[in-house]
Amino acid sequence: MKLIVMVMTMMMISEGSMIDQTCKQTPDFKLCVSLLNSDPRGSSADTSGLALILIDKIKVLATKTLTEINGLYKKRPELKQALDQCSRRYKTILNADVPEAIEAISKGVPKFGEDGVMDAGVEASACEEGFQGKSPLTSLTKSMQNISSVTRAVVRMLL
Amino acid sequence: MTREVFSNIGLWLLFTLLIGNYVVDLEASHHVYKRLSQTTNTESPSVNQPYRTGFHFQPPKNWMNDPNGPMIYKGIYHLFYQWNPKGAVWGNIVWAHSTSTDLINWEPHPPAIFPSEPFDINGCWSGSVTILPNGKPVILYTGIDPKNQQVQNIAEPKNISDPYLREWTKSTLNPLMAPDAVNGINASSFRDPTTAWLGQDKKWRVIIGSKINRRGLAITYTSKDFLKWEKSPEPLHYDDGSGMWECPDFFPVTRSGSKGVETSSFGEPNEIKHVLKVSLDDTKHDYYTIGTYDRVKDKFVPDSGFKMDGTAPRYDYGKYYASKTFYDSAKSRRILWGWTNESSSVDDDVEKGWSGIQTIPRKIWLDRSGKQLIQWPVREVERLRTKEVKNLRNKVLKSGSRLEVYGVTAAQADVEVLFKVRDLEKADVIDPSWTDPQLICSQMNVSVKSSFGPFGLMVLASKNLEEYTSVYFRIFKARQNSGKFVVVMCSDQSRSSLEEDNDKTTYGAFVDINPYKPIPLRALIDHSVVESFGGKGRACITSRVYPKLAIGKSSHLFAFNYGSQSVDVLNLNAWSMNSAQIS
Repeated sequence: MKLIVMVMTMMMISEGSMIDQTCKQTPDFKLCVSLLNSDPRGSSADTSGLALILIDKIKVLATKTLTEINGLYKKRPELKQALDQCSRRYKTILNADVPEAIEAISKGVPKFGEDGVMDAGVEASACEEGFQGKSPLTSLTKSMQNISSVTRAVVRMLL
Repeated sequence: MTREVFSNIGLWLLFTLLIGNYVVDLEASHHVYKRLSQTTNTESPSVNQPYRTGFHFQPPKNWMNDPNGPMIYKGIYHLFYQWNPKGAVWGNIVWAHSTSTDLINWEPHPPAIFPSEPFDINGCWSGSVTILPNGKPVILYTGIDPKNQQVQNIAEPKNISDPYLREWTKSTLNPLMAPDAVNGINASSFRDPTTAWLGQDKKWRVIIGSKINRRGLAITYTSKDFLKWEKSPEPLHYDDGSGMWECPDFFPVTRSGSKGVETSSFGEPNEIKHVLKVSLDDTKHDYYTIGTYDRVKDKFVPDSGFKMDGTAPRYDYGKYYASKTFYDSAKSRRILWGWTNESSSVDDDVEKGWSGIQTIPRKIWLDRSGKQLIQWPVREVERLRTKEVKNLRNKVLKSGSRLEVYGVTAAQADVEVLFKVRDLEKADVIDPSWTDPQLICSQMNVSVKSSFGPFGLMVLASKNLEEYTSVYFRIFKARQNSGKFVVVMCSDQSRSSLEEDNDKTTYGAFVDINPYKPIPLRALIDHSVVESFGGKGRACITSRVYPKLAIGKSSHLFAFNYGSQSVDVLNLNAWSMNSAQIS
């Protein structure tokens, strides 16, 4: 019985440590751990798998941000131009960056995954700048920038 | 049933299977191609295209990366390239194909290689051409199989009498080289087969880029018949810590002179040296080392001072990757192709509908010192020079001055300038900790005055210099009372565009030239690309810029000197360039 408990505890610790080890090498350990732990695949994934989970988070966040942008057209019609820009940029994240990153990492050429992931941060920043200091999306922008930099660090481990 | 009936049924089954297989194959390949050609971009490229090049190779739309299988066959140059038929980012990659008689004007053909078999169903990645002794070209390329593993395949021309070699067939023996439990090759790090060469024992050798943890290596395979390949126990070369070796290239160069030699050439070190080149995944740059090829052990031995890692010299100190050479037998020269990607955001690329260009092919040869390679754009590009040349001679550029070069289409031009400096004893001493030219250039922009420099060219500049890209030199003394100098060449994109979300990284390189002699600089300017050559090809820097104002007719060209000492312009020639026929 004790042996079983010991083995299970060791398994749990060693499972946690893959995520720990990986996240220690990213710019935001806490964010990285919380993102990976929130996904059931996280505990048994290899580095590629962890990268794919994080890219999924980018996809989810981009979708959420697009929904927010769509809602803002009515509430803040004076921001239409900047919202149009942002809408385009977040669609690029969803339609170009994310599929590119998934294909690249699945097929073993992570550098194109790095490109896609980095660009997610670039697009978020560019969208934010379009509001010239009066952005209603700042919190979402920051999230995307942070997730992008964490994901990039994980993808670079595959290079 | 009787044996006869069995064997008849057997024969019939075999017959139908063969026919079925053959027919299905044909149908499959047609089907896949149809699918590819019917798929178009979700959005049509925007009409306004200020950044498309006039004479640099690029497809009409979508993403392009590595140049593949460059060759000359029956007097026609071929370029294949990694292309995404579906969009402006990497993905769904196929071998697109164009041909040329002059390396400058190109005729497109349908894609030559695209997913059709299990051994490449998930991708047709980079590879090379080998011209066999009987003159037939064959392609070795990396395919991605159903398990997303990287394998090496062969393709040969379907119709050898088609001078354009439009169609290629894939052997049923594919994959010829694949990772397995015995060879222990990393299945997600095994790609980019080179042009093969013949060893002394009449066996073919080819190398394929790979890694084992942080060790980058060039895995060697040998073959007698080009179909059955055996992995050599030892790689041609490796380096611990450099990471994945992509797009390796291995070729001989003559010790003296600028002629190229055939890839299987071999000789004594006073006649023939060898070059090993790799693209490093970690840094996204191309590096080369010069050394000797030990034919007995099948090993590459770098010359002293060379290490095949990020400390090795680069072909190009700007945006330049996945490069590959081929031997041009028609003109006895070795030619280098390199891919330059965009410095714009992906959203911009999707909006404009394309991404990626090739640099102008460069002739490449070993410098007389034996310590570096020299590159120079192929002479054919000069045919695009219009007769209108703007010539300036013997002008003095005083400290703080600019000289506009009028009468040239500044957004599509070829400029060659020869500078001369005097009183070199007045040069500033270089800080001994400044060992990285890229840092020197990015930390000292053009407003920072040295005694000598910055002086050079401002290209793709707006009239009032709200935007400009500067390509310039600085000259330093190596030490206080030294007769030795350090010449730095910079390509500064930091003010290239009012647009915020471009990559405006500054690039820099040391130029191994004697500043007592005239200092040459050449720039090929083409809307959103600047290829700069310092010291007649001793240092090359390619950059991408996207001005908002300095576009087309609103683009200007200046020579400038912001250093404290004056600089002479011995000669400056600027040609407007005609556009090439690319597609």
